[in-house]
Amino acid sequence: MSASTEQIDDILEKKYDAGFVTDIEEEYAPPGLSEDIVAFISNKKQEPEWLLEWRLKAYRRWLEMKEPTWAKVSYPKIDYQEMCYYAAPKTNEDAPKSLDEVDPELLATYEKLGIPLHEREILAGVAVDAVFDSVSVATTFRDKLAEVGVIFMPFSEAVKEHPELIRKYLGSVVPVSDNFFSALNSAVFSDGSVVYVPKGVRCPMELSTYFRINAANTGQFERTLIVADEGSYVSYLEGCTAPMRDENQLHAAVVELVAHKDAQIKYSTVQNWYPGDENGKGGIFNFVTKRGLCEGARSKISWTQVETGSAITWKYPSCILRGDDSIGEFYSVALSNHRQQADTGTKMIHLGKNTRSTIISKGISAGHGHQTYRGGVKISRGATNARNYTQCDSLLIGDKCAAHTVPYVDVRNSSSKLEHEATTSRIGEDQLFYCRQRGLSEEDAVSLIVNGFAKQVLKELPMEFAVEAQKLLGVSLEGAVG
Amino acid sequence: MLKIENLHVEVDGKPILKGIDLEVGVGQVHALMGPNGSGKSTLSYVLAGRDGYDVTKGRVLYKGKDLLEMAPELRAAEGLFLGFQYPVAIPGVSNIYFLKAALNAIRAHRGEEPLDAIDFMKLSKEKAALVELPDELTKRAVNDGFSGGEKKRNEIFQMAILEPSLAVLDETDSGLDIDALKVVAKGVNAMRSPERSMLVITHYQRLLDHIVPDVVHVLIDGRIVRSGDKDLAKQLEEKGYSEVRDAPQL
Ligand SMILES: Nc1ncnc2c1ncn2[C@@H]1O[C@H](COP(=O)(O)OP(=O)(O)OP(=O)(O)O)[C@@H](O)[C@H]1O
Ligand SMILES: [Mg+2]
Repeated sequence: MSASTEQIDDILEKKYDAGFVTDIEEEYAPPGLSEDIVAFISNKKQEPEWLLEWRLKAYRRWLEMKEPTWAKVSYPKIDYQEMCYYAAPKTNEDAPKSLDEVDPELLATYEKLGIPLHEREILAGVAVDAVFDSVSVATTFRDKLAEVGVIFMPFSEAVKEHPELIRKYLGSVVPVSDNFFSALNSAVFSDGSVVYVPKGVRCPMELSTYFRINAANTGQFERTLIVADEGSYVSYLEGCTAPMRDENQLHAAVVELVAHKDAQIKYSTVQNWYPGDENGKGGIFNFVTKRGLCEGARSKISWTQVETGSAITWKYPSCILRGDDSIGEFYSVALSNHRQQADTGTKMIHLGKNTRSTIISKGISAGHGHQTYRGGVKISRGATNARNYTQCDSLLIGDKCAAHTVPYVDVRNSSSKLEHEATTSRIGEDQLFYCRQRGLSEEDAVSLIVNGFAKQVLKELPMEFAVEAQKLLGVSLEGAVG
Repeated sequence: MLKIENLHVEVDGKPILKGIDLEVGVGQVHALMGPNGSGKSTLSYVLAGRDGYDVTKGRVLYKGKDLLEMAPELRAAEGLFLGFQYPVAIPGVSNIYFLKAALNAIRAHRGEEPLDAIDFMKLSKEKAALVELPDELTKRAVNDGFSGGEKKRNEIFQMAILEPSLAVLDETDSGLDIDALKVVAKGVNAMRSPERSMLVITHYQRLLDHIVPDVVHVLIDGRIVRSGDKDLAKQLEEKGYSEVRDAPQL
């Protein structure tokens, strides 16, 4: 019915609250990419020789690689020589030792984004590492965490303070040449967080990193490494936002997780990069490689992601289940509104015996949004009695959006079991009318239905962020029906 | 309460309602009967404000206000409730969560404080008992996987919680077994009050044995051809629509 299509068009108007620019003087690397630029970044971060070598090797590898084209996304060609690979607020030449030394302009930025960096504020149970363009500007609760031996610090500091940790694990889960974007990241990565949880320690608070792109014409290439030693537990969350700009900006991150014997890592993402305007102008190109290694027996890695932002999302957080009885989980809600395109999913690679994986993917498409779930389950010969459960649901709002499901399955033994369920539904005019007849406004009705659809995933988020994510889904759909 | 004057409605250019006049007084219960396709549900949707129904002539006053001008949610907030002939499922949204949101939206419109979770649970328990709706169903997703009879009972449960001024119940009796029919009728009767009006759409006299109407109307081909007291429904049951239509109005 055409009337309902019009209604839906109205609600698809979208507000982006995080779209402001912080007026702060920043220092840039000259645009373009070369061995000199790689050296410039490494030098800025006062890195040891071995790391510079590592970067240069990655750069040379990258030069030989081609940008992948298999994903169901289309975007103008990225000119890698045109953008900057390093930008940092000038005030931060020497990383601040305490919050008092952080530029108030930066504190205000995070405040405005709802991430107060004062340790006594709302997020009192959460330690935050705030990454602004290419550098970390503040990390809270470090002392408190150090008391129990938990390392939580910016990458560039960890390189200096815990070189053995970085040397051991950097590139151990995502090899430099894994793909085009991981190679690029390895060459030019800027800041990100390093977490190490010692044996038997349950990390006493949520850890989170908040990534903010501010500078124009600059890519962000963060690198995150989380190692959970035997029998430990950590829950980590990352959030991301960027100003509204007419030009596209590249974000190519690499995240590596390692869970040793009996350890557990819960990694949650609330990704709200600028998605571009309703005509598809501007927005972040988000090409991310995330992978976790369940190294030890009975280890467990859970990825939970709420992806509402970015013009292009290309992202497949995966698990390598090497330890016997290890568990991998992937819970995802991805929303594409207006002209957003998302090609996202996961890979579960079963190597150990009795390994189990669960994939719950909820895709929401509205406006002209395009969404592809791309998931791979690989069960090797030795992974006897492995189990996988995949559930892949799509919700369409309006009639100009699209959803696709691309599952790959490769099973090499006969004792394993896989289950796959998929559904596609559309928010119907009848559902909206039913809700409105009961007194709910159209927007509340859509947000109710969307949150009902996403609930199974949202409940996996740490409580502090579930409410935030729920609101974000509502805001991202503002104007989706009207 | 409700005054419909010479209402003409088209769907996709096709005339469905062809001049309806109907007045439901405060506290009254009216029954609307008529053969399949005569336009009963159409009338209920027009009253509730569904899109796609073009009013080409006539007007509708509700509590003295122009009903057709109001958005559906405003009509609901003003106390109009439609019990759907085919209740819609909303997967993932629990029944009580949905109802709490609805009730609080209506309360906000009335300038009342929202009910908190505890008070709402109390209310929900009380009303669920009224229509003998199992606790388990109040927690399940709205109408998702409900049987036909469960959906109808759920509509009455919702009505009991929202306490409307005017309830339009579209074939709330169809698909109910005999016991369930009594339960639903009991729920509806418990809701009868001098301040509340009802328009009960049904095909069956047996519902009207339980919910005794003040007035019965017969709708055929988009027009109300007969109105009368509860005996009219009995005549219909015995003689069928065509004979009643053709009989001279007494
Ligand atoms: N969207 C539509 N497009 C075309 N015709 C429609 C549409 N909706 C309703 N109609 C027609 O309007 C007429 C009245 O339908 P309505 O549902 O109001 O009947 P009813 O009296 O409720 O019937 P029943 O007793 O079977 O429930 C029917 O002929 C139906 O086919
Ligand atoms: Mg009907």
